[in-house]
Amino acid sequence: MGIQRMRWLTVLLAVALVLGLLAGCAPKKPAEPAKPAEPQQPAQPQQPQGLSGSIQIAGSTSVQPLSEELAKAFMTKNPGVTINVAGGGSGAGIKAAQNGTADIGASSRALKPEEKGTVVEHQIAIDGIAVVVHPSNKVDGLTLAQVKDIFTGKITNWKQVGGKDAPITVFRREDGSGTLGAFTELVLGEGAKITDKALQQNSNGAMRTAVAGDPNAIGFLSFGYLNNEVKAVKIEGVEANVDNVKAGKYKLSRPFLYLTQKQPEGVVKAYIDFVLSPEGQQIVGKEYITVK
Amino acid sequence: MRRAVFERGSEVALFLAALIAVVIIVLIGTFILIEGLPAFERTGLLNFLLGHEWRPLQGVFGIFPMIVGSIAVTAVALAVGVPLGLATAIFLAEIAPPRAERLVRPAVELLAGIPSVVYGLFGMTMLVPIIRALAQTWLGASLDPQFRAGYSVLAAGLVLGIMILPTIINIAEDVLRAQPLEYKEGSLALGATHWQTIACVLLPAARPGIVAAIVLAMGRAIGETMAVIMVAGNTPVLPQSLFSPVRTLTSNIALEMPYAGPGAHSQALYATGVVLFGLTMVVNLAALLVSRRRVKRG
Repeated sequence: MGIQRMRWLTVLLAVALVLGLLAGCAPKKPAEPAKPAEPQQPAQPQQPQGLSGSIQIAGSTSVQPLSEELAKAFMTKNPGVTINVAGGGSGAGIKAAQNGTADIGASSRALKPEEKGTVVEHQIAIDGIAVVVHPSNKVDGLTLAQVKDIFTGKITNWKQVGGKDAPITVFRREDGSGTLGAFTELVLGEGAKITDKALQQNSNGAMRTAVAGDPNAIGFLSFGYLNNEVKAVKIEGVEANVDNVKAGKYKLSRPFLYLTQKQPEGVVKAYIDFVLSPEGQQIVGKEYITVK
Repeated sequence: MRRAVFERGSEVALFLAALIAVVIIVLIGTFILIEGLPAFERTGLLNFLLGHEWRPLQGVFGIFPMIVGSIAVTAVALAVGVPLGLATAIFLAEIAPPRAERLVRPAVELLAGIPSVVYGLFGMTMLVPIIRALAQTWLGASLDPQFRAGYSVLAAGLVLGIMILPTIINIAEDVLRAQPLEYKEGSLALGATHWQTIACVLLPAARPGIVAAIVLAMGRAIGETMAVIMVAGNTPVLPQSLFSPVRTLTSNIALEMPYAGPGAHSQALYATGVVLFGLTMVVNLAALLVSRRRVKRG
């Protein structure tokens, strides 16, 4: 009897396992089409806690961590709302907003002329990109042209830009990274390419560690990742700080955009309003530059 | 009667469970092949495999540097891990007093359990600076200035060499212990010393198993991604020396997949996956052949 029962258990277990695994093979349900946010009950239009619904955000992986923070805060305030934040890249974010596969598309670059007008833009933050070197490096400032020559491999020794006689170690981000994209666009321009020999790091954190450890290194970072392990050089004589970015003096900066297919309404509007509110911008200000 | 039905039922259920593994392999293979095929068609199989340039945003896809990179890194890993692992296995199987065994065995098990990211961190904060110091003080003049940062074939190989230790140690030790006692007794009875017995009797007898251990370790080294990304420098050019930065096939996929737009770039990454899949299959087949031979002999 005991053995019999054991056997049954084994069979049940095996069957359960098989079914479980097969369930994993079932085709995923197509992503829910972006629901138009439910119109608010006219009876209580002022009460944000009455909000319910879900928001799908997709796009730039640079914006993703910020979106997650903002979404968390918004969901705490509005328990009825679910916000899903996915990556995919700025290009995917813009496309998602254009054809409405996501309620909000996120982009970490300005829209190209041909993309303007196809979606509604909401700038939620500004990200500055700092060119960083080892703290012991004597070089305090570079011109945009010098930065370009260093990264394209024309300048290979620190003495060519006023530093000590030592070879420059160039660090870059991987192809497709938003920070690399912004850097390429803002510094290199069309047609130029970063030297083939540049070492590649796959995150801002890895980049910072690499530059902090090598006295001859140069790299670039999102402002949010600056700390005293590395030194940000002045660009065209302008110090890399928030005030200079806001004043438009510091050249290496890029917008963080939320994009919607049409003017947002309902729960999406409530969320974007929250992001632009003092409370939301306070979250933005922790790592990025606020827009208000 | 009931019993027979029961037997049959349980056999079928277990067979289905086992079948899942096969189904999944076939699914994965087909999937990456379908996704990657357009890249082979666009670039041409030979251009893709032997091309020296990888510039995904300009549509230039050649993964030869990554193939060489994977092989180079794996070779260094084996050069480090095999002697060390084999020595440990012999020590554990033949020499270790119980006290030493109690110390070493948990350490080896722990080594197997450490997540690869942690190995990467260790490599990034400990090995890379040491290698950088070496490269900059002693080898400076002979190296391309851009390649003295410590992120290198050597760093990746060392980290992987440590990571494959548990695989080699565990399998090699099992194989050594599984050798018939008569071999050892006979050798000792003929007057051989303990070391002569290990070197001339046990090791040769255990060779197929040890080779299988090495091949499995090789598979592990080729497949490792995260730890390698963190210490290898990831430059997609042919490595020139132990100190050159290097990008492996796995790193190539993991580095660029999160951002790769749909179309040529991600297809090329899937195609990289196909090549990697092929490489892994060759390694595993080799392991299978070797272990088969062992069975036949035994």
